[in-house]
Amino acid sequence: MTFDETATFGQGFTVPLAEGADLPKQARLEGLLRGVRPTLAMAPFVIYTFLGLGIPTAAVVELAFRSQSGKLTLGNLSTVTQGTYRLGFENSILLAAITSVLPGVLGLFLAYTIQTSRSGLLRRLVATASGVLANFGGINLTFIFIATLGSTGFLTAWLSAIRLNPWHYGFNLYSFFGVVIVYMYFQIPLMVLVITPALGGLRPAWREAAENLGASSLSYWRTVGVPVLLPSVLGGMLLLFGSGFAAYATADTLTAGTVTLVPIQIGEVLNGNVISGQENIGYALGFGMLVVLSITMILYGLVRRRASRWLR
Amino acid sequence: MAAIIPEIAVEEVQGGVPHVHGDPARRRMPRLRAWRGVVLVLAGAYFLLPLYAGLRFSFQNDVGRWSTYAVAAIPHQTGFMAAFYLSLRLAAVTTVLTMVLMVPTATYVHLKLPKMRRVLDFVTILPIVIPPIVLILGVLHAAPLWLRASPYLLSLAYVILALPFVYRSLDAGLSAIDLKTLVEASRSLGGKWISTLRHVILPNLRAAILSATVLTIALVLGEFTMASLDLWTTLPVWIYQFSQLDAHIATAVSMLSLIGTWVLLTVIVSVDRSQSRRTRRRTGTL
Repeated sequence: MTFDETATFGQGFTVPLAEGADLPKQARLEGLLRGVRPTLAMAPFVIYTFLGLGIPTAAVVELAFRSQSGKLTLGNLSTVTQGTYRLGFENSILLAAITSVLPGVLGLFLAYTIQTSRSGLLRRLVATASGVLANFGGINLTFIFIATLGSTGFLTAWLSAIRLNPWHYGFNLYSFFGVVIVYMYFQIPLMVLVITPALGGLRPAWREAAENLGASSLSYWRTVGVPVLLPSVLGGMLLLFGSGFAAYATADTLTAGTVTLVPIQIGEVLNGNVISGQENIGYALGFGMLVVLSITMILYGLVRRRASRWLR
Repeated sequence: MAAIIPEIAVEEVQGGVPHVHGDPARRRMPRLRAWRGVVLVLAGAYFLLPLYAGLRFSFQNDVGRWSTYAVAAIPHQTGFMAAFYLSLRLAAVTTVLTMVLMVPTATYVHLKLPKMRRVLDFVTILPIVIPPIVLILGVLHAAPLWLRASPYLLSLAYVILALPFVYRSLDAGLSAIDLKTLVEASRSLGGKWISTLRHVILPNLRAAILSATVLTIALVLGEFTMASLDLWTTLPVWIYQFSQLDAHIATAVSMLSLIGTWVLLTVIVSVDRSQSRRTRRRTGTL
């Protein structure tokens, strides 16, 4: 570990032995430097996330408790737990719950199917497609679904040719149910991305061992596969919950505000569509989202700790 | 929505995704195979039909006939080039900032502060749970005026959004190489830190950095929430505004950017895989 003595990171500054400098002083300086080196190396990251993540979040929390005139108040919070805002939270939580459990299960099956496939090209295509589609959303996503399942979409036309037009059976793309269907388009790929490494942790040797001991496929899954995967699957679903809860652009462009969701309400406040004197409602809504997501996050942390204990 | 991107590229470097060698079991269970077929067909239908619809719509004119007018007309539309250029600049700045921030930090933590990995894990997952819409609320309130007047405020915020998958990609890349030995070898041969980073660490992280870069670019080119609330006409905001004028052209733009990113990412992963395979073959003869 010879480099330890002179190693500095990133900043590229070293302490040259100044000519004539007395050695004890030099050694003290080096010791001091070695002590602060980890701090210096971590400083850019810590400062950046503090400024970019910490301050804005703190600002939202603080303003949630301030009235328009700057006084401390609980008024904003009591407003957002009532009436249409309360409905927004209920809808958003329900939407996030459905679009985390359903795509979570489907994504798990898909990831398993892809991973056990023998085609390397298929695996690569799906891996990259998941990365791209998990970030796909908003107006683009809305458009291709209108072109597919909208009242004049091509799939609707095909289905109505065989007298199965879904719109005649109560289907509406611009409803809550429609939003669920569209959200799965980025939620399933997200689950595939999150769960694939965990599936890799399911060692083939375990299955072989189980088979050598006479276990059927069912009992292998019941006693080995499911217990090992369950924490990661739950962790993945909690992430999907956060993603579905936060999605704004897709729901906004698809339903044009007919489905009441918290992110859309925040967008309306930011765009100025709010009764004057209630501008801080937006921050209170943001704070409410943070509370819901913090609970999700704590659950995720608990589940993750279990998962790492299993996979060690 | 920002996503966690796991070791896409890294798994390939290591010689492919671990196979589940359940082959004997699979032969015993033809039912499972049929089930796999059903999953693939259903998933294929769900994911490919809307893509097909989008492409078909892009290559149609107003009366529904096949036409390339929409694709050909893209560059001539009012504001398109400005929006595209703005998005490209934001993508470039975001990518550079993210890499400059995260490559040294992740490397240092792997090498010297393994205890900090848990902290980094936690901090880099936060942008997934803090919704972009809440973040932009706070950013617009807290940022100084001169910064709010600049489009690059978006780049600064996008770095945060990109953290989760950039860090995970780098983390996986760093775990896959014997970083300590490599660095010690370089240092004992007299390499300075900067040259160790440039000539030893970066080449070994190439796959991870490349996939992180492409996904950062995909994120910036697709991000709508923050850009629209910060009132900058980036590509997605332009698509949104223009869709009211000509939906065919707007859809054509979004399909091109989606498929372009996908092809680029697949090419990078494939090229990288064949390169690392060649390297392994070469060293294998030693």
